[in-house]
Amino acid sequence: MTERVLEVHHLSKTFGKNVVLRDVDFRVDTGDVTCIIGASGSGKSTLLRCINMLETPTTGAVTFHELDITSRDVNVSQYRSQVGMVFQNFNLFSNMTVLENCMVGQMKVLKKSRAEARKNAMQYLEKVGMAPYINAKPRQISGGQKQRVAIARALAMEPEVLLFDEPTSALDPQMVGEVLAVMRTLAKEGLTMIIVTHEMAFARDVSNHVVFMANGVIEEEGRPEDIFGAPQKALTKEFLSRFMQG
Amino acid sequence: MPVDFMGRIFYILDRYGASFIRGAAVTMVIALVGTLIGCVIGFLVGIVQTIPVEKQDGPVKRIVLWIVKLILNIYVEIFRGTPMMAQAMFIYFGSMAMFGINMSMWFAAFFIVSINTGAYMAETVRGGILSIDPGQTEGAKAIGMTHIQTMVNVILPQALRNIMPQIGNNLIINIKDTCVLAIIGTVELFYTTNGVAGALYTYFEAFSIAMVMYFVLTFTCSRILRYFEKRMDGPDSYDLTTTDTLAHTSGLYRYPDRKEEEQ
Repeated sequence: MTERVLEVHHLSKTFGKNVVLRDVDFRVDTGDVTCIIGASGSGKSTLLRCINMLETPTTGAVTFHELDITSRDVNVSQYRSQVGMVFQNFNLFSNMTVLENCMVGQMKVLKKSRAEARKNAMQYLEKVGMAPYINAKPRQISGGQKQRVAIARALAMEPEVLLFDEPTSALDPQMVGEVLAVMRTLAKEGLTMIIVTHEMAFARDVSNHVVFMANGVIEEEGRPEDIFGAPQKALTKEFLSRFMQG
Repeated sequence: MPVDFMGRIFYILDRYGASFIRGAAVTMVIALVGTLIGCVIGFLVGIVQTIPVEKQDGPVKRIVLWIVKLILNIYVEIFRGTPMMAQAMFIYFGSMAMFGINMSMWFAAFFIVSINTGAYMAETVRGGILSIDPGQTEGAKAIGMTHIQTMVNVILPQALRNIMPQIGNNLIINIKDTCVLAIIGTVELFYTTNGVAGALYTYFEAFSIAMVMYFVLTFTCSRILRYFEKRMDGPDSYDLTTTDTLAHTSGLYRYPDRKEEEQ
């Protein structure tokens, strides 16, 4: 049984005179894996950051279980603890070890006990294959490992939705593989995810909904087999043909 | 009184050695306490100055924040922009003339050094906070931390590490600059030396001793702080951990939390 989790209503975002997003509208149900694709500068990342309120939308709304989180009286921190985010540049806390990175949110935000937080963190670190590295500092591990820890950190908060902002763009091909493998597992387990990515094969195989963005608007969206198999719009065709050749 | 240089040095040390030690102790106490309180002031001011104004904030919060930041800016600019010696005179005699407060020597010394260090540290802390990658803040916000939690757990520990060299700098400057407090009668190392020199008319010898003492104090402090910096960085390597007790070979580590094991 699916339920509406997240809805983006007529969202626009401008930076000064620069219009980055124009009237963006889409929805996410539980268990959906939504991939947002498109050229650089098409507003994908900004859209994701608006969903997590790291950027404040200029107009429009984002509702989470019918609650408009752009409204002023909503506790944004509380909302963010239910919607995790994984960044392109990992953003692990460099003053903490791998384990502490995964525990601090649980202890400070969810107010769990140290032992409980640790147990939970270990469970997710094991899942992403980073359990042996719990004593390492972020500067001591590789990019792919950092990203897997970042995923474990987000998962440890047990979010309803997990947002990925180009999680593999800063990694070499081998590391891309290890991070995508973790994300595939999560998708199979039914975690609701919104993923901004340039990995077209991944988007085609893993997602059940693809959103193609161009110039700040949603140009085309639908099931992956439709978007990749029979794109309707000229821009989509052009974008995908370039990707599929390369 | 001996006629040669070294002889006079020993003669002074023999007669006034205890006074020198007492003077050095006063210098160190003022410098250490002043730096400590100054750092606290600097952290508070620096933190307030980096509070972001967000779009959803109401007008009341904006105005209050603006006024507080303005006052703190004035404080920083005035105390950074005037000599400590003049401040010492101004505050010590001004508090008496204006408010009838008779500051004790100790209170005046702590107050002047702290407030001065605070003004410098405020800018240092602000710089330290700004130097931290904004990604760290975003990472913290993304797991639901509030601004305060982000600052306490993520930003300030990193900022503190980055500004440690500057804290050391301030401590050393304070050890040296407490000598300007001699002007309001604080009996620290400079005042003591001046007294001894005048009493025996041995300026060169007395100040030779003072130079050596100041240098020993500052050099020791800078080395101790360097050691603390190293400790803050933590070990260069890390141990791998395993759940498999049969595979407990070198370089691998057992599971339980080290902090829990200690309990």
